[in-house]
Amino acid sequence: MYTEKVMDHFRNPRNVGEIIKADGVGEVGNPTCGDIMKIYLKINEDQIIEDVKFQTFGCGSAIASSSMATELIKGKSIQDAVELTNKAVIEALGGLPPVKVHCSVLAEQAVKAALYDYSQKHSITIKGLENYDPHATDDIHDHTHGEE
Amino acid sequence: MNKKIYLDNAATTIVKKEVVDEMIKYLGEYYGNPSSGIYEIGRISKDAITNARQIISSFINADENELYFTSGGTESDNWAIKGVAFANQEKGKHIITTKIEHHAVLHTCEYLKKFGFDITYLNVDKYGMVDLEELKNSIRPDTILISVMFANNEIGTIQPIEEIGKIAKEHKILFHTDAVQALGGVRIDVKKLNIDLMSMSSHKVHGPKGIGAMYLRKGVKIDNFMHGGAQERKRRAGTESVQNIVGFGKAVELLNKDFEKSNEHIIALRDRLINGIQSNIEDVVLNGHLTKRLSNNVNFSYKYIEGESILLWLDMDGISASSGSACTSGSLDPSHVLLATGLDHGTSHGSIRFTIGDDTTEEDIDYVIQKMIEIVQKLRNMSPLYKKH
Repeated sequence: MYTEKVMDHFRNPRNVGEIIKADGVGEVGNPTCGDIMKIYLKINEDQIIEDVKFQTFGCGSAIASSSMATELIKGKSIQDAVELTNKAVIEALGGLPPVKVHCSVLAEQAVKAALYDYSQKHSITIKGLENYDPHATDDIHDHTHGEE
Repeated sequence: MNKKIYLDNAATTIVKKEVVDEMIKYLGEYYGNPSSGIYEIGRISKDAITNARQIISSFINADENELYFTSGGTESDNWAIKGVAFANQEKGKHIITTKIEHHAVLHTCEYLKKFGFDITYLNVDKYGMVDLEELKNSIRPDTILISVMFANNEIGTIQPIEEIGKIAKEHKILFHTDAVQALGGVRIDVKKLNIDLMSMSSHKVHGPKGIGAMYLRKGVKIDNFMHGGAQERKRRAGTESVQNIVGFGKAVELLNKDFEKSNEHIIALRDRLINGIQSNIEDVVLNGHLTKRLSNNVNFSYKYIEGESILLWLDMDGISASSGSACTSGSLDPSHVLLATGLDHGTSHGSIRFTIGDDTTEEDIDYVIQKMIEIVQKLRNMSPLYKKH
């Protein structure tokens, strides 16, 4: 069902935990749908993501997607991070079953939500998040969950 | 990791060696068509079917001519419900069932709506038990069928079948029960329980897949589900799957022989597992009835974590189980059974069902408890919900 890469990230998730006094925190999903992802960012003065942690309530694919997303943005600039797509997460994981694609969408949204939180706290604008609506992620989740 | 512990016996059971040995004869040496009884090899097949029919009908206290072989539980459910509905629609088009039936019943009832049938779905309480008063109040002059499962496949709750049968009889309504999950765990007497139609499946009781049976009380008006030849007294056409019927018969023969001893062993292990989980893991909810539950069923919800993740870890530890989580089915909602018992969505997502078998040992159960303690802690440590409660 899952690729070796997915199982590797499920078995040995990278960057699990929380960052106290994080510069940005994003949480998406809800327990009703069975998935919640929370991402914490530590961002330095050069707007580089120095550290990233995640907490996830969800299936194997949700945990692996969270883990991979954190790996993909760690050490990157906030501008690079905001460009993370669910497709990139899927590719890095070597693929996901169609019914689990929504997990990668959640991971992308969790990263965006954390970056949005950072932008709000620091009163800056991040290109790509100008029209970001932090309350729209549940709808996206519902939509993608029902696909396939 | 060499350990292999199979605790998903509600999904299917291993085909016992004695059953396989018996079946092989009818795949090789005795290959005759039972409808070709004019010559010896055909008669041997026909006699084998008669023998299996005797064993199974006797086990449920039915007459031989009241037992019909089908392809399994789903076909039996379909036949019972559609067959009764279409044959009795001049009397009425109202059917009563429950919210926690197997999809073979629920989807069949949904299908009948296209033909103008009206379905009432009874609620269940938090233990998964139907309310007999609600059942009585749901009966209408046009009610033709009550279909209530004997025991639930997910949470193991055993319904008050005798009382339901009595109510149905008093109101002259036909009573069907899906006993697919109950057959191996409960002694069933169809006459005492006033059952008119009952679905059974072989692979839940250590027989082969693809074979089941329906008990059809003599005199019940029903349409045929299959049309074709004269097999099964013209009620269920199609060349009989002789080897499967033989296997089913052998499985029930073994079940009958070891019934009490086997169930005693399984109940002790079930209670050991329930106690072990309850005393070692906090924030768990036991799903199903505390006492009126199948001997082999242990179903807990583990708060703040999700079922598929637990299953994956169990699998890596060599343990096979099942989950009511939506993420194992690909749908948004978790199990309709768990939701019907009033469990909230979040908790329902974290449900795991263990169903114990004849060959499960105390050592297996202790290993599972230990692994569950580790897995639940591991997953809760990464759950954003855990510290919030």
